[in-house]
Amino acid sequence: MALSREQMAQRVAQELRDGFYVNLGIGIPTLVANYVPEGMDVMLQSENGLLGMGAFPTEETLDADMINAGKQTVTAVAGASIFSSAESFAMIRGGHVDLTVLGAFEVDVNGNIASWMIPNKLVKGMGGAMDLVAGADNIIVTMTHASKSGESKLLSNCSLPLTGKGCIKKVLTDLAWLEIENGCFVLKERAPGVSIEEIKEKTAGELIIPDHVPEMTFA
Amino acid sequence: MAGFDKVVVSYEEAMSGLEDGMTIIAGGFGLCGIPENLIAEIKRRQTKGLTVVSNNCGVDGFGLGILLEDKQIKKMIASYVGENALFEQQLLNGELEVDLTPQGTLAEKMRAGGAGIPAFYTATGVGTPVAEGKETRSFHDREYLLEESITGDFAIVKGWKADRFGNVIYRHTAQNFNPLAATAGKITVVEVEEIVEVGELEPSQIHTPGIYVDRVIQGSFEKRIEKVTVRS
Repeated sequence: MALSREQMAQRVAQELRDGFYVNLGIGIPTLVANYVPEGMDVMLQSENGLLGMGAFPTEETLDADMINAGKQTVTAVAGASIFSSAESFAMIRGGHVDLTVLGAFEVDVNGNIASWMIPNKLVKGMGGAMDLVAGADNIIVTMTHASKSGESKLLSNCSLPLTGKGCIKKVLTDLAWLEIENGCFVLKERAPGVSIEEIKEKTAGELIIPDHVPEMTFA
Repeated sequence: MAGFDKVVVSYEEAMSGLEDGMTIIAGGFGLCGIPENLIAEIKRRQTKGLTVVSNNCGVDGFGLGILLEDKQIKKMIASYVGENALFEQQLLNGELEVDLTPQGTLAEKMRAGGAGIPAFYTATGVGTPVAEGKETRSFHDREYLLEESITGDFAIVKGWKADRFGNVIYRHTAQNFNPLAATAGKITVVEVEEIVEVGELEPSQIHTPGIYVDRVIQGSFEKRIEKVTVRS
């Protein structure tokens, strides 16, 4: 069975480490915050200028001056800091964020990512995505393995305009955990009950399949 | 005005000198920390042909979105737009030009502009459509883009508190692009929720020192929330 959005978030959460500063993109990445392991401290960075993003507020604590990068109202945790957009992107561009998780339309074997622009459709903008992928060393891309019509999103060459070049090393799809090494996707784990055949069929870029590919485990 | 006293009492005076074709740098992220009354004054003035530099362009009927209603904006420099139908329509009709700029690059363009740095190298956007027509250079085996900084004829800023000398403090995440915009205007206008007497603000807590600020006005704010999200 393909992973649900919640399961994808759970799998990504297994990559968190105590003391990590983490930037989570919109969509599935946001859900990762719900699965931080018990007893582990992570600090969430929101690129509009908040390090230490907390839960959503209550009706009583709602504050127009406290929002996240998705423009939702939020709170700050104890030990948070708030700063300008230039400071925020200095952290990102300077490589100070330990883990970045974001969605994409396509990823290719060279670590290129396309996530912001579909030609001939209205382009709303890249927001902070280009800065995040260029600045972070440790990035996990979360996306479905193939489009609804069955076309692979793991390609030899991205077909859409890029968000970043050569910056992606780890991809979690609804079918598999893959890492990019030497111009190939390497199948590291598969979703429970998903066959290697199915993953192979839905991966357009070159795929290395090790002798043993474990199933993902969820606590 | 006398000495360092930057306080003005009317919005008309706050935006005096604004002319057709000028470049305005605006603080704010989404609808958070936007200089909403200064924007309303620009609409009242019906200034046309403006280039507006801001992370976003407001929504239909609020924030920078109201300047689209009478086609006052010629060009928008932003990282994320299209939360408003009017923006989309004017873009598709060719009535509005848009220069999409990565958010961190946009912030740095303002910061550098205000700091007298004409351009800077960044890895952001290398190999993407943003790099088209831009000079690149390699440092330590990595490719970087040369990005030019931005300055404006006016900067419009929303602060929380200011003293009469134009020292400004922002509140929570309403800070965002505001302190950067404040440095990059030939004329920087700050509207705040409260003007306090000189000496009341703790000097080490000032976000924007008064040297960057030309005019300060106290206003009242709607502070509309784009996406009210509460715990269930």
